Amino acid sequence: MQYRQIIITTIILLLFAMMGTLMVAYTFEQTRDQIAANERATLLRKLHRLIAPEQHDNVLLEDAVSVRDEALLGSDEPVMVYRARKNGEPVALVIAAIAPDGYSGSIKLLVGINVDGTLSGVRVVTHRETPGLGDAIDEIRSDWIHVFDGKSLQAPDLSRWSVKKDGGDFDQLTGATITPRAVVKAARNALLYYRDHQEALFAPTASD
Amino acid sequence: MSEPTYTHILKEGLWVNNPGLVQLLGLCPLLAVTTNAINGLGLGLATLLTLTASNVTVSLIRHVVRPEVRIPVFVLVIASIVTIIELAMNAWLHDLYLILGIFIPLIVTNCAIIGRAESFASRHSVDRALLDGLAMGAGFTLVLVTLGGMRELIGQGTLLSQAHLMFGEYGRQLTLTLVDDYRGFLLAILPPGAFLGLGFLIAGVNIINARREKKAALKTLPIGQPSEA
Repeated sequence: MQYRQIIITTIILLLFAMMGTLMVAYTFEQTRDQIAANERATLLRKLHRLIAPEQHDNVLLEDAVSVRDEALLGSDEPVMVYRARKNGEPVALVIAAIAPDGYSGSIKLLVGINVDGTLSGVRVVTHRETPGLGDAIDEIRSDWIHVFDGKSLQAPDLSRWSVKKDGGDFDQLTGATITPRAVVKAARNALLYYRDHQEALFAPTASD
Repeated sequence: MSEPTYTHILKEGLWVNNPGLVQLLGLCPLLAVTTNAINGLGLGLATLLTLTASNVTVSLIRHVVRPEVRIPVFVLVIASIVTIIELAMNAWLHDLYLILGIFIPLIVTNCAIIGRAESFASRHSVDRALLDGLAMGAGFTLVLVTLGGMRELIGQGTLLSQAHLMFGEYGRQLTLTLVDDYRGFLLAILPPGAFLGLGFLIAGVNIINARREKKAALKTLPIGQPSEA
């Protein structure tokens, strides 16, 4: 009699576990393509804020390579580089660089670099900086991130690529120095990487 | 057991037994995301949706589930619902998901939901469980928005900033800058501000309740007899 109870209870629990799993699996199947498309669209929208759609005629998301440089790109994992070309000529590229030394961990960035070595801009993708202080690096919170527009390793001079508190040219944020310091450094390092690897970065992928 | 009236359920959720201020359930998300009113509103609405869906489901299956396994079954139901809501939002309301996405897994940690499943939905009919979910969810949302608004106002001198993230471009007009050139009061935005703010809110509720009780006690005294003050 007791065994009967235990078996019935087990079956009930099993049925619910199966039903829950089935429902989640079904929803996952139904939404998977849509979610992947949404994520591509969101990434493309972000890239297009750094490289205007009319500037290039290739498919940004497909003309991508991954490169690895822990010192300059902030990660021991490969990071993506999206290349923009017009009529086959290189126009600009976007490096998904990482600022490893934010106030609360890594800050994921998109660094847009024109072929002439000027920044088309920098955008923050994900971060965990302090709300109300460091999170002003996010474009939706403040305009600070636009300080990078048009900058290059020559303007300002390489030695001035730091926040004002450290004797450089870039404004820090009210109440937050570590966060902007990390972003300025990551942008500078991305430019340095680009300077040293320009040819290789624009080289067509082997599969083309 | 006699079924409670609809008004009673509404009163319980919004005031008497408010999950945020009286039951003190779901404090983890409550304290973590209330740095401004809009974040509070976002998490509040997502919680309301989950709570209502889980209450209805639990009430529907209440005669099938045996008491010994009810808690694991409720956990399964809630986890499935939260995952399904997250996937569906990611697919069909992607822009809203990008804002609220980080909050949604937090809902699983909200013990208000399993609390209502266990203490209310598993004992009452579907219509009442539905109303209880809506009332408790609304009560929780009110606390989140109030606390978020308080912290935002004191911390950065604005109200409803970033409303455009939730309401689109129209939302920009909703943002109120109450103090121009406000230098900010960091404590309110950092975690201690959440505890202090919640403490003041609870104190406020207690004061109001104490006054009401006093009034009610005075009213019930027979006319002509002075009260023993």
